[in-house]
Amino acid sequence: MTSTYVGTDHIPVKRKAIGQAMILIATILLVALFITQTLHKAGSIAAGFDNWRPVLYAYLIWSIALCWGITLIKGERGQRALFVLPAFLFTIAMVIFPLIFSVYISLHDWNLSAFEGQKFNGIDNFIALLGDTYYWNSMLNMVYYLIVILFEYAIAFGLALLLNAQIVARKFFRVVFLMPLMLSPVAVSWMLGKSLMEYRFGPAATLARQLGWESPAFFSTPEIARLSIMILDAWTFIPFMMIMLLAGLQALPKEVNEAARIDGANNWQHFWEITFPLMLPVSITATVIRIIFKLKLADIVINVTSGGPGGATDTVTSFIFREYRDRSNVGYGTMMAVVFLIIIIIMMTALLNLLNRWMNKVT
Amino acid sequence: MNESTRGVNLIVYRILIYSALLFWAFLCLFPIYWTITTSFKTAVNVTQGHLIPWVDFTPKWIGFRSLGLSPETIFQISTVRDEFLRRFFNSVITSISASTLAVMLGSLAAYGLSRFEYKLGFVKNTDISFFFLSQMILPPVVLALPFLVLYRELALLDSTIGLVMLYGLMVLPIVIWIMRDQFSTIPIELEEAGLVDGLSVWGVFLRIVLPISFPGMVAAFILCLVLTWNEYFFAALLTSADAKTLPVMVASQTGSQGINWWSMAALSFAAIAPLAIIGVFLESYIVKGLSTGAVK
Repeated sequence: MTSTYVGTDHIPVKRKAIGQAMILIATILLVALFITQTLHKAGSIAAGFDNWRPVLYAYLIWSIALCWGITLIKGERGQRALFVLPAFLFTIAMVIFPLIFSVYISLHDWNLSAFEGQKFNGIDNFIALLGDTYYWNSMLNMVYYLIVILFEYAIAFGLALLLNAQIVARKFFRVVFLMPLMLSPVAVSWMLGKSLMEYRFGPAATLARQLGWESPAFFSTPEIARLSIMILDAWTFIPFMMIMLLAGLQALPKEVNEAARIDGANNWQHFWEITFPLMLPVSITATVIRIIFKLKLADIVINVTSGGPGGATDTVTSFIFREYRDRSNVGYGTMMAVVFLIIIIIMMTALLNLLNRWMNKVT
Repeated sequence: MNESTRGVNLIVYRILIYSALLFWAFLCLFPIYWTITTSFKTAVNVTQGHLIPWVDFTPKWIGFRSLGLSPETIFQISTVRDEFLRRFFNSVITSISASTLAVMLGSLAAYGLSRFEYKLGFVKNTDISFFFLSQMILPPVVLALPFLVLYRELALLDSTIGLVMLYGLMVLPIVIWIMRDQFSTIPIELEEAGLVDGLSVWGVFLRIVLPISFPGMVAAFILCLVLTWNEYFFAALLTSADAKTLPVMVASQTGSQGINWWSMAALSFAAIAPLAIIGVFLESYIVKGLSTGAVK
């Protein structure tokens, strides 16, 4: 059985040669085009194209030649490689190359709207960034935004427990609870941020007035504005955690759930002693993914407060977005983004390691 | 504990559960209700905080008329409607193409990674998986500005195809994450039987694995659709006239002072309606997609 699974077919020499020739020709084409275009852009030679598009096509042809060539050369092993190769080549072109390029950009004074183009300025951007209080302020805001995930998690867990209880119309409630996740954050920014929470006639403001808050301005003082953004973001993303936790609850052994139902009086104790520990792995997955999504938070901030008042609601992403919009300085913006990425990688690696070690100790 | 107190406890417990459920359902639905009704309100109704149609105020087609989508304007020429429809179809094309691209590339990669042993020097399966999944932590802002420069050089700025590639990249790790778990639930014996019958590895994948894992792919596809339809950040940076998507159009309207509440409400409603419908009818797929990742 395994011998058919591990390919042992004999490959003719001629087929191999064709495959190798294909890859070689495509490689030469790609390299030649790249060098020509580089020289053309540098002004050394006249031959070349207006833009880099042909090089992109050459990469596409090269990718196809590589995939095809490998199946010709390696037979069944090549066919297997063909499953992963397209996604791999796509990711290399779309992530690895731009990332390397972004390091290059970040070392330049590069104003897209200026005529003279880029100018190498070494680590000047980095030094400017160290003294940029708005940047570090937005970084601090990210910490606040991340802390709120704990509350979101608690609410999501509560909702998951509710949906897992013996209730009628469970499907209806599940559909309704999932709804906020489907809505575009930009539309949510208007629906909630700009109209429901509008100072003069938004229903949320009216309700707040009736509850005794005299001037319900949701977005004018720093703390309250930040809290409002947190609530808007939580509203859209709580369903996301809720569904994951619900899946976890439903995957628990039957006895656990039944015991909880029969022994109604001791629900609380039962939850902390049995359900919660069993749910730890799912909880961690859901929380980590939520952290990842939270780090991308920007659209609500951009559309509701544009970072204000005084940068109190800025996330790193929305701050860089505004920096770019106002000054079109890609060099400095990219440097900020790269530093953000490095901090994220360090924090996430540390977090995942800690969690792994802790989980090993617990279980 | 005697029977009657237990019964009372149970009733209290039920009431608490249902009131919590109804309270949260209200929180989820009220903003949507508010948006829909506001699109039928005149300025007076908005400022006075009227809430219930036919009781508080008389609904008028005012919001949809301003978009050229009300019954009496639908057959007339309307530049606003043309603009809206262009953005709408841009969004449709972009999100569907990007999701298809991601599901195709991602499913293939996930299948390969869950079935075969790869080895390229010191790189093994776990490393390749990590390479793909680690893309998830990459914040869009890191790629945004480099892509702005790159797309300008490639003449892909403000083009749908450029946006499709970027969105495809954005959701690719999620597809791989979901589909890897989907494929690992398929018993390997089925595929071995196919190989014995003389199918190649690709034959096995296309004839046996694909039909079985199709629901999983639909789940991944819909999750991608949600994320790409709602995407704003890249679209705001990389598109301007031709390829602009619906979220960018909605956002550009909120910026101006003295906005018309009714037309904003109608526009917001039009932007959320497609996914709200998907949410109602295909909810089980979304739940399935999110659940596969969560529970191993």
